[in-house]
Amino acid sequence: MSVQAEAIAPRRRFGRTVTKFFSNRSAVVGGLTVLIFVLLAVGAPVFATHDPAQTSFTTIRHAPSPEFWLGTDELGRDVYSRLLYGARASMLAGVISVSIALLVGVPFGLVAGFYGGWVDAAVSRVTEAMLAIPFLILAIALAAFLGPSLSNAMIAIGLSATPIFVRLTRGQALAVKTEDYVEGARAIGLPNLLIITRYIFPNVLPPIVVQATITIATAIIAEASLSFLGLGQQPPSPSWGSMLNTAKNFMSQAPWMSIFPGGAIFLVVLGFNLLGDGLRDALDPRDN
Amino acid sequence: MSGSCGDAGPILEGSHLVKRFGGRRGLLQTEPTVHAVSDVSLAVAAGETFAIVGESGCGKSTLARLLLRLIEPTEGQVFYRGREITSLSAGEMRALRREMQIVFQDPFASLNPRMTIGAIIAEPIRLHGLARGRAVDERVADLLRVVGLRPEYADRYPHEFSGGQRQRIGIARALAGEPKLIIGDEPVSALDVSVQAQVINLLEDLKDRFGLTLVIVAHDLAVIRHMSDRVAVMYLGEVVELSPVDPLFETPLHPYTQALLQAIPVPVPQSREEHDLPRGDIPSPTAPPPGCRFHTRCPHAQARCGEQHPPLEAVGDGRSVACHFWREIQAGGNPPAPAPHGSAKLAQRLELYRAHQARREEEAITTATVE
Repeated sequence: MSVQAEAIAPRRRFGRTVTKFFSNRSAVVGGLTVLIFVLLAVGAPVFATHDPAQTSFTTIRHAPSPEFWLGTDELGRDVYSRLLYGARASMLAGVISVSIALLVGVPFGLVAGFYGGWVDAAVSRVTEAMLAIPFLILAIALAAFLGPSLSNAMIAIGLSATPIFVRLTRGQALAVKTEDYVEGARAIGLPNLLIITRYIFPNVLPPIVVQATITIATAIIAEASLSFLGLGQQPPSPSWGSMLNTAKNFMSQAPWMSIFPGGAIFLVVLGFNLLGDGLRDALDPRDN
Repeated sequence: MSGSCGDAGPILEGSHLVKRFGGRRGLLQTEPTVHAVSDVSLAVAAGETFAIVGESGCGKSTLARLLLRLIEPTEGQVFYRGREITSLSAGEMRALRREMQIVFQDPFASLNPRMTIGAIIAEPIRLHGLARGRAVDERVADLLRVVGLRPEYADRYPHEFSGGQRQRIGIARALAGEPKLIIGDEPVSALDVSVQAQVINLLEDLKDRFGLTLVIVAHDLAVIRHMSDRVAVMYLGEVVELSPVDPLFETPLHPYTQALLQAIPVPVPQSREEHDLPRGDIPSPTAPPPGCRFHTRCPHAQARCGEQHPPLEAVGDGRSVACHFWREIQAGGNPPAPAPHGSAKLAQRLELYRAHQARREEEAITTATVE
């Protein structure tokens, strides 16, 4: 028996996760989509054909052409170049604000769900108070309070999205902590911190990953709204949201102004969703 | 097995343990109080197998968790080797947990689905600093072999195993901390019958091999009779009878124990007997009946039973019973239940069969004598 034991190579956990991720076609498509947009955003100065802030009275609302690949906007700026530079603001707004929401919301949710009692009561009341204020109103209030800039907009969006993650994590933690294996962890004398990190957190992760990818989409839109109000990306620097906001005035005259930023948001959100689903499945040791 | 509780004193002792759930929740909310365990005292001797038996909902699993201090008692104390553990700090309690382990009922819920078998078994070893580095892996491999699994399974996840295998993994994890005491909370009731026997035998082997004390919570009387030395019978949160296993099965003293034993299915139809089964359902533990808790269903109940609560009194030979009238019931020859009132047809057939049997025996004797 022991001879057999040496013969069979142990299966590597990390390797299995990677294999599983790459065998999931939609996850790979999602990952590639996100990767392409990240590359475009990072390489914007290289890929851009025009200065994104360069206005021109002679090229107002030109349709897509060999000169302006995706047309021009109401001030004669190249939509393609603005889309590339806007990708930076929008993707940062999406990813960073959701990261803030995760970093704040998940630990609070875990602690509230695991410990219960007055800790839970305190966290839950604050969360509910925040949830009572509409997401965008709260973000606007925070952004106005912090001052108008893209980074402050991200913080505002992140904090506004936090209650969702607190609630979700808390609910999941409440369900997981009644499982026998958590009691088993206490039975061997595992300290609470390790129970939370080894037992509760990995088992509440899947719905959080899915929620996070959905919230990235919401955050990109929220950044657009804040930019529209002058509380996010400051003009003339572009973001997809601010581009859409001006484009909506020219829907019938210059549809390319709204189609391309809108399509970009759609693709990025779809990419993050597919990536999130794929990650969730790949991280789950069950159903190989 | 001798009934004496050992000279070194009990390894685990519960004293007047009470656990109530529910009650006031908030300013305006109250929920019904569940009396899960009511004033239970018992002592487990080192090296014995102690069984706690009762219907579902009688509080036996709650009692097991109270004994391990996995839940805090509402009242009462638990002593482990003479040391009160109910007042220990969280840190002191964690250090002690290495010595007292639990095996759960549901093998599909008791292992963290996100950890490999190796990590699951290694956790208590690392936590209590019993080994380091490569030695941990060796120890895990040893433990897997001890419970009858292949060491190379260490890299797999719980979902890849069957119920019986998972229960073995659960046992390996319980053993990993080198415990003195293992409490099995219905350790085999979720398993197939054939696998049950394997797991029971494994537990018994391990008990002998490592000098463990076992506390088995169960509702399966066959399992109890097979493996335990002493039995506590629980009804609605109370211990109604406490006895060494053989006398309990031969002459049950409490009417509830009698009813439990009569409920064991008899495989041979002819030897089936009319039962004095308890009437009605088990009362709700949110409103346990006054007096003796069993009086609402007891075939021997009298007026006094509804008013006075019978204490658990020692009756000799290491037995205790909580019943006002156990002597009268015993004297009435109750345990051998009333004569069978099978159907008339069955009696007739049996009669024919016996006559036939007798005739054949007679013939056999006569032929034998002729020769």
